[in-house]
Amino acid sequence: MFAKGTKRKFSDPGEEPALGAELGPVVRPLSSTYSLQRQSLLDMSLIKLQLCHMLVEPNLCRSVLIANTVRQIQEEMTQDGTWQIMTQALAAAQCPADRLVATEVLCRPSEALAAAQSPKPLPAGPEEEEEEEEEEVVVAAAMEEDVDSEANPLSSSSFLPAPFGAEPGWEDEEDDSEDEDSEECPSDAEDVPDSRRGDQVFGTFEIKHPAPPPDPALEELFSDVDPSYYDLDTVLTGMQSTPKMGPYDLLDSLSPHAAPALSTGTSCRSDLNELDHIMEIIVGS
Amino acid sequence: MAGPGADMQWCFSQVKGAIDDDVAEADIISTVEFNHTGELLATGDKGGRVVIFQQEIENKNLPQFRSEYNVYSTFQSHEPEFDYLKSLEIEEKINKIRWLPQKNAAQFLLSTNDKTIKLWKISERDKRPEGYNLKEEDGRYKDPNSITALRVPVLIPMDLMVEASPRRVFSNAHTYHINSISVNSDNETYLSADDLRINLWNLEITDRSFNIVDIKPTNMEELTEVITAAEFHPLHCNTLVYSSSKGTIRLCDMRESALCDKHSKLFEEPEDPSNRSFFSEIISSISDVKFSHNGRYMMTRDYLSVKVWDLNMENRPVETYQVHEYLRSKLCSLYENDCIFDKFECCWNGNDSVVMTGSYNNFFRMFERSQRRDVTLEASRENSKPLQVLKPRKVCAGGKRKKDEISVDSLDFNKKILHTAWHPQENIIAVATTNNLYIFQDKVN
Repeated sequence: MFAKGTKRKFSDPGEEPALGAELGPVVRPLSSTYSLQRQSLLDMSLIKLQLCHMLVEPNLCRSVLIANTVRQIQEEMTQDGTWQIMTQALAAAQCPADRLVATEVLCRPSEALAAAQSPKPLPAGPEEEEEEEEEEVVVAAAMEEDVDSEANPLSSSSFLPAPFGAEPGWEDEEDDSEDEDSEECPSDAEDVPDSRRGDQVFGTFEIKHPAPPPDPALEELFSDVDPSYYDLDTVLTGMQSTPKMGPYDLLDSLSPHAAPALSTGTSCRSDLNELDHIMEIIVGS
Repeated sequence: MAGPGADMQWCFSQVKGAIDDDVAEADIISTVEFNHTGELLATGDKGGRVVIFQQEIENKNLPQFRSEYNVYSTFQSHEPEFDYLKSLEIEEKINKIRWLPQKNAAQFLLSTNDKTIKLWKISERDKRPEGYNLKEEDGRYKDPNSITALRVPVLIPMDLMVEASPRRVFSNAHTYHINSISVNSDNETYLSADDLRINLWNLEITDRSFNIVDIKPTNMEELTEVITAAEFHPLHCNTLVYSSSKGTIRLCDMRESALCDKHSKLFEEPEDPSNRSFFSEIISSISDVKFSHNGRYMMTRDYLSVKVWDLNMENRPVETYQVHEYLRSKLCSLYENDCIFDKFECCWNGNDSVVMTGSYNNFFRMFERSQRRDVTLEASRENSKPLQVLKPRKVCAGGKRKKDEISVDSLDFNKKILHTAWHPQENIIAVATTNNLYIFQDKVN
C-alpha cells in the first residue's frame, strides 16, 4: 500500500511503463503511477528484508538480491530527485519533544529553507539554481504543512508524494541538496550512476547519537556512523541483540562499494522509531 | 540411445510419495540424483531423510521393457541442529546428494544440509553367520563347561538387507549455507560451496578443508554478490566453475594458485538494454550450473532461461533456451510472492544432446539442442496410468487461448518442479514435484 497523494499534472497514462517492463536508458517520465509503483516496490523490498527474523537463518542470496534492488530504486530516485524529498519528508515527520533536536529544527520552515540551502555544493549552472530554489520552496511548503498537522501521523505519510505533484520541472531536476558532505557536486548527467551518491543516501536514515547540539545548519544534524553496528551480516543473520530498526535503517547497512573518496560522517540521521512508526502506517493503510 | 528429444515419447512409469494433497513439510523433496550407472536413484527431503531407489533390471530384452525403481534404502541423514551462538536453527533439509563412483561392492554418497556434509556407505548384506560355537542363538554366551567341540560359523543366505552407515562427517567449515557439493574426477577430493566460500576436502580427512574461493568482502555492508552453485569439471581435476547471483560464471584452475580468487575465465553475457527492469539482476541470478558429460560445455539456469556455454567462449552462451518467457510480464507479482527467488535446477541427458529443466504448474521442459526443438510436459497424477504417453502442454501467453492450452494466469505457482535428473545412459528421467517423485521413460527404449 502506498500513501495517497496528489496526481501529477504531467502524467501521461499512455506512456507509463510498468515496473517490470523495459526501462530504457532514456529519461524515465516521473508519472505518478510509475513513481507510486516504484515506491511500492521499494516498500515491498524493505519489508522483505525486515522479515528475516525467523528461527532459521535467512537466505543470504535472496537478501542480497533484494538489497541490490533497493539500491537500484534508490539510485534511480536519487537521479530523479525524489529521494531527497522522501528522506527530508520522513526526517521532518513529527516526533516527541525529547527526540532529536535536529528533527525539530527541520520542522521549522525558516530553518528548513536555510537547511536545504546550506549543504548544497557548487551549483552546476544557472538553470540548476532555479530548479533548486523551486525545490526548496516546495520542500519548505511541505514542511510547513507538516508542522501544522504535527499531531496527525497520517498526514506525514500523505505528503510524501505531494511535492512530486507540485513542481512540473522536477523530472529534470538534478539531485543536489542531498549531498551533505563537502564533496563536489556529482555529475549532472542523469545517466551517471554515482556510487558516492548512493552511499550518501544510504546513510540518510540512521540515528546513532540522539542529541546533537541544536544548530540550524543541516550539517550539524549529521553525526558519524559506526558502520559495524549495522553490519549486514548481523542484520541478515537476525541476531536478537540487534535493536529494532526502522525499515530505512537497513539502507545504511546496505551501503554499496565504499568509494574511498567519500568522506565519512556526513549523512543525515533520522529518528529510528519514527520511521518504524511511519512504515507501520504505510504498511497498515 | 534413443533419438533426439522431439522424437521421444515420454511415458509415465512410476510415482513415489504420498497421494494426498496435504503435503507434509518434511516430505518435500529437495534433491534428486542418479548414481553413475543409473541403477540407483537417490532423493533427499526437507526432513533430512535420504531415500534410495534401485532399478530392477528384469526382462530387458522384451520390447515393452519397463524399468522399475523400488525402494532400496531409507535413512535419516541429517537431524535439525541448533546454533547456540547465533540462536538459530540449522535445518536438516538435504540440499544436495552426490554419488561417488563405485569402487567396491558398497555404494557411497555425499549428502549435505546447510552446514554439514556426510559421507554415507550403503552396503548390502545377504548372508549371515550361523553356528557360533560359543554363543547361543540370541547372542548370550554359553556356559564354558558345556562346550565340548569347536565349530566355525557358517555363512548362510538371508533376506537382503541394505545398511546405510555414516563413514565421515565434514562439519564446521561453513559459516554460510552450503548450496553445492561436487566430487572431483580424481575421486579423492570434493568441493563444498556456500554463499561466499568454496572449500576443498579430501574424502578421507574430516578435520581439515582448504578454502579455495572466498568472495566475502572485508566489510559485509559491501556485499552485493554471492556464490549460487559450483561444480568440478568432469574430466579435468584442476578445473572448477562457480556461478553468482549476478549472472556470471567463473572458471578456476587450481593449479594457478592455492586461493582461486582470480578466475581463469569469466563467462558473462552482456545485458540486453531493452529488457532492463528493476528485476533484471534477480532474474539473471544463476540457480544451477552443470558441466556436460563430455566436459566441453556447461549449462546454466537463470530464472527465465537455460544457457549452454562453450568453455572456450566467454562473452556469450552458444545456445539460449527460453523456459517460460511468458513470466517476464509477471515479474512484479512473482517478486511479491517470492517465486522469483525459486532455484530451478537443470540437467543433461547422457549424450549431451538434450537438456531439461523444471517450471511451474508441475511442468518441465526439454530442449533438444541440435534440432532446436523443445517440449513441455506435465507431471501429474492425472497422467499416471502405466505407460501412458505424456501429451505436450502449451501455455498461452496472451490473446486467444486455444483448446488444450493453459493461460498464464491459471498456472499454479505452488506446484514447481525444481529438481530433475536424467539417467546417465538411458532415456529415463526422474522429476520431483513438491512431495512426489515421478519416473518417466521413453517409449522407444
